[in-house]
Amino acid sequence: MKVLVTGASGLLGREVARLLVRQGHEVTTFQRRPSGVDSAADFRGSVRDDVAVGRAVAGAEGVIHLAAKVSFTGRAAEFDEVNVEGTRRLLRAARSAGVRDLVLVSSPSVANSGAAIAGLGAEPADPEHAHGDYSRTKAEAELLALAADAPEFRVAAVRPHIVWGPGDTQLVERVLARAGHGRLPLLDAGAALIDTTYVDNASSAIVAALHRMEHIHGRALVVSNGEPRPVGELLAGICAAGGVPAPSWSVPGGVARAAGAVVEKLWTWAGRKEEPPMTRFLAEQLSTAHWFDQRETQELLDWTPAVSLDEGLAKLAEHYGSGFAARVHRS
Amino acid sequence: MVAAGWPGVDWPGVDPEWSREVAVASTSAADPPGTVRRWHLLDNGAQLSRRGLTPAGTLLCVHGNPTWSYLWRSLLAAGSDPARPWRVVAVDQLDMGYSERTGTFRRLADRINDLGDLTDALGLDGPVVSVGHDWGGVISLGWALAHPEQLAGVVLTNTAVHQPAGSGIPPALRLALHPAVHRWGTTTSDTFLRVTHSLAHPPLAADVRSAFMAPYRGAARRAGVGNFVADIPAEPSHPSFPALSGVAEGLRGLKVPALMLWGPRDPIFSDRYLKDLISRLPHAKVHRFEGAGHLVAEDRDIATPVFEWLAELGRDSGPGLQRTNAPADGVPPLWAPLTELAAGAAGGSTAVAEMAANGSVARSLSWRELEQSIAALAAGLKEGGVEHGSRVSLMVPPGVDLTVALYACLRLGAVVVVADAGLGRRGLSRAVKGATPDFLIGIDRALAAAAVLGWPGRRISVQDLPAARRRLLGVETSLAALGRRGSGVSPTLSCRGPAQAPDPDADAAVLFTSGSTGPAKGVLYTHRQLAAMRDTVAETFGISPGARLVAGFAPFALLGPALGAVSVTPDMDVTAPRTLTARALADAAAAIDATVVFASPAALRNVLATRDGVSGGGRQALEAVELLLSAGAPIPEPLLAEVQRLLPRASLHTPYGMTEALPVTDISLEQIQTADAEAAAGTVAGAGNGVCVGRPVHDARVAVVPLAADGTAPGTDFMTEAGVTGEIIVSSPHVKEAYDRLWLTQRESTSLPGWHRTGDVGHFDAAGRLWVEGRLAHVVTAPAAVVTPVGAEQAIERLDDVGLAAVVGVGPSGTQAVVAVVETVPPARKAGPASPQLAGRVRGAALAAGVNVSAVLAVTAQPTDIRHNAKIDRTRLSRWASRVLAGGRPGQP
Repeated sequence: MKVLVTGASGLLGREVARLLVRQGHEVTTFQRRPSGVDSAADFRGSVRDDVAVGRAVAGAEGVIHLAAKVSFTGRAAEFDEVNVEGTRRLLRAARSAGVRDLVLVSSPSVANSGAAIAGLGAEPADPEHAHGDYSRTKAEAELLALAADAPEFRVAAVRPHIVWGPGDTQLVERVLARAGHGRLPLLDAGAALIDTTYVDNASSAIVAALHRMEHIHGRALVVSNGEPRPVGELLAGICAAGGVPAPSWSVPGGVARAAGAVVEKLWTWAGRKEEPPMTRFLAEQLSTAHWFDQRETQELLDWTPAVSLDEGLAKLAEHYGSGFAARVHRS
Repeated sequence: MVAAGWPGVDWPGVDPEWSREVAVASTSAADPPGTVRRWHLLDNGAQLSRRGLTPAGTLLCVHGNPTWSYLWRSLLAAGSDPARPWRVVAVDQLDMGYSERTGTFRRLADRINDLGDLTDALGLDGPVVSVGHDWGGVISLGWALAHPEQLAGVVLTNTAVHQPAGSGIPPALRLALHPAVHRWGTTTSDTFLRVTHSLAHPPLAADVRSAFMAPYRGAARRAGVGNFVADIPAEPSHPSFPALSGVAEGLRGLKVPALMLWGPRDPIFSDRYLKDLISRLPHAKVHRFEGAGHLVAEDRDIATPVFEWLAELGRDSGPGLQRTNAPADGVPPLWAPLTELAAGAAGGSTAVAEMAANGSVARSLSWRELEQSIAALAAGLKEGGVEHGSRVSLMVPPGVDLTVALYACLRLGAVVVVADAGLGRRGLSRAVKGATPDFLIGIDRALAAAAVLGWPGRRISVQDLPAARRRLLGVETSLAALGRRGSGVSPTLSCRGPAQAPDPDADAAVLFTSGSTGPAKGVLYTHRQLAAMRDTVAETFGISPGARLVAGFAPFALLGPALGAVSVTPDMDVTAPRTLTARALADAAAAIDATVVFASPAALRNVLATRDGVSGGGRQALEAVELLLSAGAPIPEPLLAEVQRLLPRASLHTPYGMTEALPVTDISLEQIQTADAEAAAGTVAGAGNGVCVGRPVHDARVAVVPLAADGTAPGTDFMTEAGVTGEIIVSSPHVKEAYDRLWLTQRESTSLPGWHRTGDVGHFDAAGRLWVEGRLAHVVTAPAAVVTPVGAEQAIERLDDVGLAAVVGVGPSGTQAVVAVVETVPPARKAGPASPQLAGRVRGAALAAGVNVSAVLAVTAQPTDIRHNAKIDRTRLSRWASRVLAGGRPGQP
């Protein structure tokens, strides 16, 4: 099958493209930076560019759309332009190019209003109540995409929950950097039960989705390891793998959420480019439960996660070898 | 005659199509001849016929004051189910709800007649079951008595037909009736309505409360509410008293099936009214919803039980209990061995004894003295008003007095209610009130609690009390006085032979479950079942006349005289098993040269902790013990092995059972060691994963109903195949008769005819031994597997720094996350997530037992039951774990 992967320069996009190549598919990648995926035709460009998008989808039978603005801060308009309009543009181009299947990589945060999630399935995307511009725009994009689902143009959304692995800058390196400087607190003693997705499991689930469109088109599925852990233990596991001390001090979750909301606003207002130390979104992620019912996902995708949480942590430790800490202190 | 439905129907839970008005010609004395009254009803009859459904009959539902037909909406909805259609006619009484405001004062007799006028106008045909609540209960029963040809059954919820003797009307009603309050409270203001609505547990939703209030907005619409209250016949001179008495007396002749659904948290219609109703309709099926109140139809789902009961009406050949038991003859009464021993050569030797704190015998009776004391007390109790079937609550610690009182009551055919302090103060109070004893025999402390907490029953002290104390506690007499009185009565009352024994199938005792899995339940035993329990204990453990036992554990201890065994009560606070010291045990054993010891696991722990206090003579006495029985909770093998060193000659047995079946299986220390070794070696299929409790006791059959993926045991097939996990069921002559006033619970427990469902889960091994894996209610349904807690808990508890462990689930059924909650050694400073290191080890231990644990939480101490101090309240832990793991602040479980 000829498959286009957008956003293939990110951790997850690259893994998806590589897996497709390994499976013998003809793979095209599309993003602003080089994808670094061997044996894939690499188109460079932005989802804001109609012409570039049209060129990338030409001839593809399947599309996996990962390109998105992923951040805790930034101007709302930028999120709208990339995540909502970019998806709209891609959908339009793919349909007119005769693409048969499109998998949108989404996020469980599209249906998260901030309350704890314990063992639920994929609730409908809800832009109105989603917290933060990222979640809001991803929710809008998912609604757009699923509305476009049709017998001759099948669309499904896959929502991997907190993807991590060696080389992950979103969670792993941020945790290690902050814990390495003793600046990572636990919220409410780190008890919140959180499920995550090791990157190999996320990529295999996304590729499985492309093969199982017949069973899943028109729907959104949450994907995770199916191994909820208290967040404190999870962070301790990541720190141990990176060779830095685990967080040992706790602040009340409510305080962190309130502080995060203020910091988020200040950061955006001040126009700072680097990610802020605490955001409301992050505080919520670290202080409320998020774990999901994976039974239906696994059945529909005919897929099970191949790498367990503990195996993933072992791979992470292997990746950092002598330890992340040493690198932090060198830099 | 049928008017249009009430305009603008917007009552949550009500289909607008049910609402209708009917014009009814009145024949009531309150109205001049020729008067036509307008009634409002909720009636699903037209809807059923429109849908082509033929109802099995009609439920005629009558609300009380100050509600309206809205109260019965759940019955209307259930009756509209095409699978089992019933027409449900819920009326708004005149001057109430949306029916006409007549401007008349309608008394009880009018209201009963009004209802008949309505059913005449409706032309109801086919069987009718009346349903009533509050004062609507009386009116529905009045209608029922007037329409015997149509009546197929009666359903009553929190109502009353009679003010029981010796009790005043409830204070809340007295207040509402007070002339200074009455008009203002019931009519001028909506206070009476608001107070009634506030009786719901949990509180009514705002829209439901508003629907209940809707027809009563404005004083003019509330005249009926006030008149209803004024028509309560608080005394015989009241004009409605004859009508009420007529219903109350007429009820005794009512033979149709009856169902009573009751909310005991009712300040008006408390349990004593339920008791009165049961005495009039003894065949009624009764279910008390513990925690529910006056508005029981709002507090609980009453539709399901009502319709299940209706379905049974169609099947039953008639009302009343259907006994499958053998005929009465040939069953020696429970106390037969006692009577024989008293009359025999050994009649002068010690039968029962009580130890003093200093190690000497404080009190004892010979067999002859025991027999005489029992006979005298029985005669005295009879003189004092205790009859066959009277309920007598015994709140006397084990010892001579309790033994005498217990056997005296049993001989009289009274039903003994044995609620122990192990239920905790609240649980005990709830249990006693629910059982509604006629008499309460208690020590001073129990009588004081009875006075403070308002426990029912005429009060009898153990010893004679000073007059002032007697008045203070409301005590009528004492066991001592009754015994003196009885010994003067004709000796024919001493009930010697089986001829005077009560019917073996009559109720004999109400015992209580420990309440570790919900409110304590009363468990009813007949004389035949108690005798069977005695025989099972005698056969299984080889306890025969001549045995001498130390009774440190109440349930079995009471069987001593029935077994013909000498029994001695050690010096201890029986409400706290862990107060039994090694020295007290040894002193008691020495006093009678004991051959058998009964002690709870908690007591054994303390005995071991205090073993250094035993003297040489005491040590010899313990060394002579041949048998130790310890029941109530599992005992770890290492603990038993230590006990063995203290009782080197004794065979150590830990029977498994429950209040509903004592005992079910038995196992000895050697057998435990063999089973554990075989489980470790994997040589016997099915050995392992749980606590091995051995093989069924004499006369008992045990099997399991396999578990389904949702963690329930829904099937009807049962088996004993090795390795199949399921709900444990038991069948035996010594299994309970029924749960007391818990019809629904009883039905569930006997859903497999002839078997008692224990609510425990476990499996057999290939050697025929039963392994208990936990409670059915505590099964965790993880996505990949149904997890029973005990196996993983045992694996976790083997870690050095872990004390008690509990495995619970959080999240939705079928996809639960498994959580291990552990006590650490030394104890954690505060409750919360375990350290990553401990969590890792706990997770590893559980995984070795085949269980994948998501989270590990540490607690300072596990919440355990009071009686055994061993059963962990997993339901509470699971709620706490859900809260903590959702990201809340830990707090305490």
